[in-house]
Amino acid sequence: MLRFILHRLLLIVPTFIGITLVAFVFIRLLPGDPVLLMAGERAVSPERHAELMAQFGFDQPLWRQYVEYTGGLLHGDFGYSFSSKRPVLSEFMARFPATLELAFCAMLLATVLGIAAGILAALRRGSWVDQLTMGTALVGYSMPIFWWALLLIILFSTNLGWTPVSGRISLTQFFPTVTGFMLIDSLLAGKPAAFWSAVQHLILPTIVLATIPLAVVARQTRSAMLEVLGELYVTTARSKGLAPRRIIWLHALRNALIPVVTTIGLQVSVLMGGAILTETIFSWPGIGKWMIDSISRRDYQVVQGGLLLIAAMVMLVNLTVDILYGLINPRVRYR
Amino acid sequence: MSATDDPDLLSASRPAGPAPVSPWLENWRYFAGNRGALIGLVVFLLTVLIAIFAPLIAPHDPAQQFRDALLAPPFWVEGAKPGFLLGTDALGRDILSRLIFGARYSLMIGLVVVTLALVTGIVVGLVAGYFGGWVDALIMRIMDIILAFPSLLLALVLVAIIGPGLFNAMLAIAVVLQPHFARLTRGAVMAEKNREYVMAARVAGAANLRLMFRTILPNCLGPLIVQATLSFSNAILEAAALGFLGMGAQPPTPEWGTMLAEAREFIQSAWWVVTMPGLAILITVLAINLIGDGLRDTLDPKLKRS
Repeated sequence: MLRFILHRLLLIVPTFIGITLVAFVFIRLLPGDPVLLMAGERAVSPERHAELMAQFGFDQPLWRQYVEYTGGLLHGDFGYSFSSKRPVLSEFMARFPATLELAFCAMLLATVLGIAAGILAALRRGSWVDQLTMGTALVGYSMPIFWWALLLIILFSTNLGWTPVSGRISLTQFFPTVTGFMLIDSLLAGKPAAFWSAVQHLILPTIVLATIPLAVVARQTRSAMLEVLGELYVTTARSKGLAPRRIIWLHALRNALIPVVTTIGLQVSVLMGGAILTETIFSWPGIGKWMIDSISRRDYQVVQGGLLLIAAMVMLVNLTVDILYGLINPRVRYR
Repeated sequence: MSATDDPDLLSASRPAGPAPVSPWLENWRYFAGNRGALIGLVVFLLTVLIAIFAPLIAPHDPAQQFRDALLAPPFWVEGAKPGFLLGTDALGRDILSRLIFGARYSLMIGLVVVTLALVTGIVVGLVAGYFGGWVDALIMRIMDIILAFPSLLLALVLVAIIGPGLFNAMLAIAVVLQPHFARLTRGAVMAEKNREYVMAARVAGAANLRLMFRTILPNCLGPLIVQATLSFSNAILEAAALGFLGMGAQPPTPEWGTMLAEAREFIQSAWWVVTMPGLAILITVLAINLIGDGLRDTLDPKLKRS
């Protein structure tokens, strides 16, 4: 098992180096002078220009710049935001809990509901339950989620007034930040009203962000379940006279969930893409909105650092899922 | 092909038993047995017709502004203006006409992106799978790197570098979708290249290029066709998302995502401006995904049980 984990870790190294290269090359690919680009509309004197070129190391040869850049990364130096003058890493850390809280809720909804719907559809194969769930899943899978978000806002926020239109929590609620997760912090502060406000703000973004992973998980669970139900060991279990309940939960489901775990892991990348759209629409103060704002503000150090951090995070999650997959599926481990 | 299609010839040479059907016909019969796939195909073909004949079908010019009919609601709502079936937007442009012309953009996006991604992906995947070794390792690591980024984010950043616009958005999406084709082709080639028929062709003196494209590739087409269909709908969705974020097609282009971006501020006052373009995206993407599901069931021998 240890060899398996080490092997996976080694495989990830070249990819990670590649990601730093992409992030590094990115800023150099931008047309025009990097300092003028960062200065934007403001005028820069020739002296200040040279000073800034030297400060950011743009006067060095490219390989040297790359070495300095990766050296900085190892020390947690991801550059500085041009608009806020703060380090990119601390900006990222300040916004990350918001995205994590939203993504976690969305993933929870997608996993629980998706697996349940998939099992139900597989067990009632061909029935109207199956057709309805799979039809709904296909609609969800085809959904332009930015439009879906607008529809939900029109219905639940504008017309019914049940949920707030945007933000993470009502501006009248105050409590100290401990974990950065509104749901937890509000409870720690002993403020149920704040907790309720956070829940209300979370509902629509969670539904929007969960839509596509939910559809994917439901479809994957159904087909994995159908495949497993046709296996010989299930037939054997049946012919032994085991209770159907026992066969489904013990023999079939545990094996069917193996490919589903991989699917769920792959959805993390989808989720981060979805977070860009969801956070923009709901003004959710997380990583996705931060990236969009930085792109339109031409704050390229942030874009570069954010790109790198997000990719690294997705890679780590995939690595974890890979190892988890090896743990639950011995066939992969010993191949 | 033509010989097996001729029923007389078949009956003459094979007096007994049912005539064998061509694989194309057999696949079509299987595909047509799937009601959802058939509906998807019909809707998709309708969209294609609408796109082709847009200037003939559309009641108005998509860019023409009717100053006396700003934000007119669709025909079934009180206050509707005659001549504007689905209402007008904030500049008084006919929404139906814009949607009809928008079909051209979405289909073109799908077609261009899939062609770019498919061709480069097949070539890259064939080379990697056929030659193996360090070539394979290098190519596949590059694909891993592209796949490590969330696709929408990478496309956004690429567009930020090369500049917003429909063409650049299509290029960026093609780059993001291409690794899927490369991986698929590589896997299929690795499975096929040691089979006897490839060996036989090699012994007969076929060169590398011929082996790759004429001998091996046709036997890997099934999964690629399915992936191409799914990528077609993905491309439409991602391009619409880029348009919505202001990084794709630019106003006043009647691209559906861009229309949604323009409509966002009327979310409280004029729901139809927001609802219609999204509905068009959903219906088109849904139709293509229905076709994709049908094709997967048809072309995947593992799923085919009959």
